[in-house]
Amino acid sequence: MNPSDILAAVLVLGGVGLTFGGLIALANKRLKVWEDPRIDGAVDLLPGTNCGACGYAGCRAFAEGLIQGEAQPAGCTNMGEDGIQDVAAFLGVEAGAAVKRVARLLCAGGSNVALQRGDYHGRRTCAAAAAVAGGGKACTWGCLGLDDCADACTFDAITMDAHGLPVVAPALCTACGDCVDACPKDLFTIMPLDQHLIVQCKSMLEGDPAEDLCQVACTACGRCVDDAKPGVIAILGGLAVVDYSKNDKTGPEAIQRCPTGAIQWIEYAQFAPAREPAGSLSS
Amino acid sequence: MFGTLKMHLGRFRHGVHPPEHKALTSHLPVRRLPFPDEIVLPVRQHAGKPARPIVKPGDRVERGDMVAAADGWVSVPIHASAAGTVTDVGLWPHQDGSYETAVRIAVDPNSAQAPRARLIPAWEGLAPKAIVEAVRHGGVVGLGGAAFPTHVKLSPPEDKPLDAIVINGCECEPYLTTDHRMMVDYPDRVHHGIRIMMRVLGVDRVLVGIEKNKPDAIERMRETAPKDLDVEILPLRVRYPQGAEKMLVEAVLAREVPSGGLPMDVGVIVQNVGSVASIAEIFETGLPLIERVVTVTGRGVKKPANLIVPVGTKIRDLLEACGGLTDDAREVVSGGPMMGAAIANFDAPVMKGTTGIVVLRDVDCEERTQMPCIRCGHCLDACPVFLNPQVLGKFAMNSRYDEMADDHHVWDCMLCGCCSYVCPSHIPLSQLFAASRTALRKSKATA
Repeated sequence: MNPSDILAAVLVLGGVGLTFGGLIALANKRLKVWEDPRIDGAVDLLPGTNCGACGYAGCRAFAEGLIQGEAQPAGCTNMGEDGIQDVAAFLGVEAGAAVKRVARLLCAGGSNVALQRGDYHGRRTCAAAAAVAGGGKACTWGCLGLDDCADACTFDAITMDAHGLPVVAPALCTACGDCVDACPKDLFTIMPLDQHLIVQCKSMLEGDPAEDLCQVACTACGRCVDDAKPGVIAILGGLAVVDYSKNDKTGPEAIQRCPTGAIQWIEYAQFAPAREPAGSLSS
Repeated sequence: MFGTLKMHLGRFRHGVHPPEHKALTSHLPVRRLPFPDEIVLPVRQHAGKPARPIVKPGDRVERGDMVAAADGWVSVPIHASAAGTVTDVGLWPHQDGSYETAVRIAVDPNSAQAPRARLIPAWEGLAPKAIVEAVRHGGVVGLGGAAFPTHVKLSPPEDKPLDAIVINGCECEPYLTTDHRMMVDYPDRVHHGIRIMMRVLGVDRVLVGIEKNKPDAIERMRETAPKDLDVEILPLRVRYPQGAEKMLVEAVLAREVPSGGLPMDVGVIVQNVGSVASIAEIFETGLPLIERVVTVTGRGVKKPANLIVPVGTKIRDLLEACGGLTDDAREVVSGGPMMGAAIANFDAPVMKGTTGIVVLRDVDCEERTQMPCIRCGHCLDACPVFLNPQVLGKFAMNSRYDEMADDHHVWDCMLCGCCSYVCPSHIPLSQLFAASRTALRKSKATA
């Protein structure tokens, strides 16, 4: 091979490289968009899980919200008190206060109390089972217990108990809402921890037909309506419904005469977990 | 452009041929089920908007009286299938496992079950629009399973000219013999209905597709075919899912319905033989759609039968009338074994779209372990709409639903189950797609 060919190739390719390199350098100078360097700093401090519980599209969007003053560090449900203080100190803003929110399951019908009418055989996911005659549980609104929510949870906050009910560990739950989307029966809801009065049932049946299907069903008897302060609870579509805009008026007296225990006063966690989830932060 | 193409293939591409099991009931003439003690009429038993109940507890209804009115254009009224007293309008188990608003009627044991005196319109003197209106008031829906309101099908938009009516007598689902017996026992009624439809749609060409495993139906339909009309009876190769309207159009007219389109996009309307007969019935007896032929079959039921069943009869009563379940009965399916749905609650009633009740034994539903996909491609050769179930299945198992809809046409899937049927790894593909579509619908609703 002629050595001048090699030289020509080096010169041509080198020239092309230099030309485009120069163009990129020029573009970098002329078209540069200035970005607040605090955004990168804040992103480094945020957990980086992009769970979305803060209401933003991810950790970076949340950091931009922080810089613009739209959000407060406490809006992140996933970094703990220390993390919130670190971000607040870094940005020199108020940490803010937020009531911790957790996922609550509006069904207490585990296999020990709920009637099983059919025996589902097939792909072991709730979504697949729900398409086959509702999944075999007699109560069509109830939890199928095939772990779709536990699989969807990024933070291992959901474990299944001995009766096939998902137990949410409030300490690990970031209220991101993945379980809400995963449940084919729409049984999960995100609630602030200070809303203690919870109706753990979605059965629209009333009276004995409801109780025939599940021992802990809401029978819409109305006792809790009478026991609670006026206007706090109403019966709607076969269910007791708590008006959380009157949350400060709720109290444990509402649950005292509930014949089935469908309405509960819950201080912290909903059901007893089968085992403490690994890496638990609970204090 | 298509009208000149006077050929048909007598077959569609792909599909499967599962064991037919039709001999259990195909020789049994249709007989009438005695009226049960209670009738339950769910307001949602057709495609479209559920009907609106118009009766209240305590009301006396005669056979054929309307108990729920149509709510909108794509909706049909529901009529009492037996005389009696309304006991409740409330939630009742539905075949799909949910609870649905239903009208419960305690059947009057002393009633002669004679309908009220009524005027039966002579359709020959009616304008097509008036005939469609009569069909609409009769609550007629497609009896092949999907229960799509018939009056909507009979009112094609003006920019979609039709040149052929295809009558669906395939009944490709294993076990079922509902349409088969309809054609053998009531061929005149089917032909009467065809005549009415031709008048309504102004179409002078009718093709009746019947699979070759029903030679007696083909013969009876040919014998009774009117001489003055262009009604062609076409024997078709036995292949599932030929009863799906798009497959049938391909088999009888060699026309391909476009993706996302309807048969009327290629100038065709498809109607099931049962629905055609119930159109005729409106003008023969004046009675709305309050009863239908149901095949109760399978080796898990003691006396299989083809029965005329009042709509709203509980499946429990129906099974009892057929001698009850055998000791090794394992699964009760509404519809055929390919596309039907398992039933968990025998209190659920027979609906307008219930084609049959199939009871399978332990040995009929062998449980199989799912294994990894080996990319053999059997599912591609089986899929009648030319999708790639193998790739779709992978996406479904990883919850990547948007890609299934955007890139792989999961909405063209009709959930016929051919892919699941042929899969040597026993991957429940069809069930995965059904669940994916539910998830897609949910994310669309919340978006």
